[in-house]
Amino acid sequence: MPAGTLYRGREGMWSWVAHRVTGVLIFFFLFVHVLDTALVRVSPQDYDKVVATYKNPVVNLLEYGLVAAILFHALNGLRVIAVDFWSKGPKYQRQMLWSVVGIWIVLMAGAFYPVLQHSLRILFGS
Amino acid sequence: MSADTPVDAVELTSTSGASAFSPDNPAPVIEPPRARTKRTPRATRTNFELYGWLFMRLSGIVLVVLVLGHLLIQLVLDGGVSKIGFAFVAGRWANPFWQLWDLTMLWLAMLHGANGLRTVINDYAERDATRSWLKALLYTATAFTVLLGTLVIFTFDPNIQ
Ligand code: HEM
Ligand code: HEM
Repeated sequence: MPAGTLYRGREGMWSWVAHRVTGVLIFFFLFVHVLDTALVRVSPQDYDKVVATYKNPVVNLLEYGLVAAILFHALNGLRVIAVDFWSKGPKYQRQMLWSVVGIWIVLMAGAFYPVLQHSLRILFGS
Repeated sequence: MSADTPVDAVELTSTSGASAFSPDNPAPVIEPPRARTKRTPRATRTNFELYGWLFMRLSGIVLVVLVLGHLLIQLVLDGGVSKIGFAFVAGRWANPFWQLWDLTMLWLAMLHGANGLRTVINDYAERDATRSWLKALLYTATAFTVLLGTLVIFTFDPNIQ
């Protein structure tokens, strides 16, 4: 394994796959999200009816998944930018990837209660 | 050289005396693979891909603030998703600051995502026709979404009923 080579089937490749998959997922969500928000131009009742699905516990869990995808894409995107523009970026790309994973785990643990509090209240009472 | 070597075979080392390259015996010219030729389409003579690459990085940095801030407001603060409804949106879009925030986020995220998807389509759709159709679909959906979202922000009416 030549040192300093990115994208050769190791961490660099898997982070690239995950970056691509999360990017495409977020794009599809955004397409639907602009459509549902457009219902505010139809009527308050129609908007509130569709927003009610966002409050279903299963969908609430999907929102936690969306947060997971965006947090990874954002943190890894910053890593890609650092690899491209920071002179020492390519040298530290692996350490930066593990930092991304570490920060991601901490933020996901921190987001667990706030994002899911709605469902936790419904399922387990106030 | 052995007897069956074709006459136009190239000797790659210049150490074997007789075939060493010289002004009288010049080395063969090898076209660089990406050299511009008369048949290179004009359309590729721009820096479009460079600007696209740069845009992905600049928009990405701005989107970190806009999208993570949006998620914090919508999903974390003030009871999480429970509070969202028409009245909540009316309260937020009464403030031009949040209108501008959402408008910028809409345009940057859609263009960033669409340019990213263009790359993905270029990578996986190998047939010319498939690629053209997928990109036409992508550009149509992107233009529609950006225009609809912009219209909704500018024409929002809290007293619609
Ligand atoms: C599940 C998580 C999300 C929830 C609950 C949510 C909620 C909302 C709400 C209530 C609005 C109305 C305006 C406002 O309050 O600012 C809105 C608008 C908007 N959101 Fe989200 N959002 C979510 C995720 C996202 C993500 C991930 C993106 C970007 C990738 C995004 C982009 C937008 C945009 C561009 C608008 C303006 C739409 C328009 O112009 O009509 N949202 N969102
Ligand atoms: C939150 C902040 C974000 C950052 C820092 C960011 C960063 C980046 C960067 C640097 C790239 C280029 C990767 C490369 O050239 O290898 C990229 C690609 C991409 N991004 Fe984002 N992005 C963000 C948000 C978004 C959003 C909201 C969407 C969806 C609407 C999105 C969808 C994509 C897609 C589809 C690609 C192409 C992936 C590929 O070619 O493999 N990104 N992102």
